[in-house]
Amino acid sequence: MKKIISFAAAATLAGGMLAAGSASAATTLESVKERGNLKCGVTSGLPGFSQPDDKGNWTGIDVDTCRAIAAAIFGDGSKVEFTPLTAKERLTALQSGEIDVLSRNTTWTLTRDVSLGLNFTGTNYYDGQGFLVRKDIGVDDAKQLDGATVCIQAGTTTELNLADYFRSNDMSFKPIVFDTSEQTVQGFSSDRCDVLTSDRSQLAALRSKLDDPDSAVILPNIISKEPLGPVVRQGDDQWFNIVKWSLFTQINAEELGITQDNVDEMKKSENPEIQRLLGTSGDMGEKLGLSADYGYRIVEQVGNYGEMYDRNVGPDTPLGLERGLNALWTDGGIMYAPPVR
Amino acid sequence: MTHPTELPPKSELGVVGWARKNLFSTWYNALLTLVVSYLVISSAIPLFKWLFLEATFTGETASDCSGEGACWLFISQRLNFFIYGFYPDTLQWRIDIMFGLLALAFVPQFIERFPGRKWFGLFGVTGLPIIGYILIPGGWFGLEEVPSNKWGGLMLTLILAYVGILAALPIGTVLALGRRSEMPIIRGICVVFIEVWRAVPLITVLFMASVMLPLFLPEGVSFEKLMRALIGITLWQSAYMAEVVRGGLQAIPRGQYEAASALGLGYWRKMGLIVLPQALTLVIPGIVNTFISLFKDTTLVLIIGLFDILGAVQSTVTDPAWQNVAIEGYVFVAFCFWIFCFGMSRYSQNLERKLDTGHRT
Repeated sequence: MKKIISFAAAATLAGGMLAAGSASAATTLESVKERGNLKCGVTSGLPGFSQPDDKGNWTGIDVDTCRAIAAAIFGDGSKVEFTPLTAKERLTALQSGEIDVLSRNTTWTLTRDVSLGLNFTGTNYYDGQGFLVRKDIGVDDAKQLDGATVCIQAGTTTELNLADYFRSNDMSFKPIVFDTSEQTVQGFSSDRCDVLTSDRSQLAALRSKLDDPDSAVILPNIISKEPLGPVVRQGDDQWFNIVKWSLFTQINAEELGITQDNVDEMKKSENPEIQRLLGTSGDMGEKLGLSADYGYRIVEQVGNYGEMYDRNVGPDTPLGLERGLNALWTDGGIMYAPPVR
Repeated sequence: MTHPTELPPKSELGVVGWARKNLFSTWYNALLTLVVSYLVISSAIPLFKWLFLEATFTGETASDCSGEGACWLFISQRLNFFIYGFYPDTLQWRIDIMFGLLALAFVPQFIERFPGRKWFGLFGVTGLPIIGYILIPGGWFGLEEVPSNKWGGLMLTLILAYVGILAALPIGTVLALGRRSEMPIIRGICVVFIEVWRAVPLITVLFMASVMLPLFLPEGVSFEKLMRALIGITLWQSAYMAEVVRGGLQAIPRGQYEAASALGLGYWRKMGLIVLPQALTLVIPGIVNTFISLFKDTTLVLIIGLFDILGAVQSTVTDPAWQNVAIEGYVFVAFCFWIFCFGMSRYSQNLERKLDTGHRT
């Protein structure tokens, strides 16, 4: 029996290596160009990040991140084929070459970056775990939550973070575990628990599902770091650079004040930084293996980072998330991209 | 002498008589009737109110929903997505044709006197899959290609169930015959196949197909996810089907086999002409039961990220623009499943009556 198991393990390992190793036969850029579209892995439905709308079109910040990459390569942000993936299969799908880029609300951690043959290309959303509490228990800081009953969704890292946080602060809690986020909200609104914990980007959406949203508040505490961003396979540096710089281009565009509306006027700008970003001077696109106007295409089709944020998760959307950490470094946030030079 | 022409007393006739006899025959029956009818009425009225009276049927956006009753607006606004998934709007006529053909093939089966209904049924299991194979993915005869990751909703559920059902019956029959074969190698292979596939849950099969299989395949050789799921479902289902058919084979008296042999029929003609027609007729309830459970099991593809009707609904009920539409979504899914499963069940009863050979008591 042991022999069989070790043989199976070896076979799995060899299979995995074979798949990962042979992926570099043709470069990812070549195969994407030949296929004529970008294959992008997204969540199967997470408000603000990737969700089908009324017409069945994918919308969300993760979706737009992929559209920006397609715009950079093809000059057409619609040439993306979205593959909805569950949390469990997302990394395998990328490793096996089923998708070209994974933009699926995936937290950048050491283990994932180092030991799985993957590379994180940057952060398109800085998230963190937070708490939603009922107003009537009179708590305004997570440190006062000793002995609370907490509603959590099973099988997520939030469960682990929660236990870590309470242990390190020497507090006790009673977990009530649910399967889906709807059930978690139901549990919270039917008074099964005092506190609901989840990523802060989702708390606002969950709160809006309550019968009386004003009866609950989101605490200011953030108990974990969750930098979310696109992921690619290791071993194709050109592709890694393209994905990385398509996001950087969006962030730089916001910093330089280039928007979807003014991008055509900006092309006439005298500012050398803007000229380089939009491709009116310099050979930045060529260095990446793309056309010279790749930056112009990204902003024209998808917009700069701020526009992408406001459209999908910003204060005017049902999610209503303030920029916070995701504001530009010049506005008190930590969104910072290296210069285009 | 004439017979008395008077009717029985009024209290013994009609609704009153029936109620007296069945509902109020003794004091405790009367009490039970009252309590039960109170419970039924008191729960049915709010349900009816929620479903119809206070529900919102018309409008444009989430704000049109009153909040008291069900918000059917959510369903009607997204109906297109729930039925076709991501299938391009301009090409949805192809799916409509398939729905039409499906109805054309199977609705006549419910009408006893429909002329040539056998041929419609035959078309349903031969022509229909071929047309579907050409029409749905496209890429032939100048039809625009629609990759399978754009398929979704009710249409995907039907494809999964239809292919699973259609392929599993013949494969299962062959496996059942193999398991009863006198040739040890064939019997061995069939026993191992059936026992292995039947011993694993469908969810594991789907998971293996979607997560593990791509790692083993060499680069460049990659099936689409839907294809992998379809193969997994078919193999799994045929193992179940084999056991159902084997039950039928075992119920056929030995005399039938011997009589067929005595007529000089070879193995295939003996099975095809004498044994299988009887065996399959016997196990129609079992076969349809397996079909119905497969139809419902297709929702498990949700965990490998395919958008069947349940997946499509589940991915949209979390939309923060709509308030608490989860219940409406799930009621809608349940209703769709009920229609198809009930249809299959009625059809099987129909078939049993028609093929009744007096085995039923």
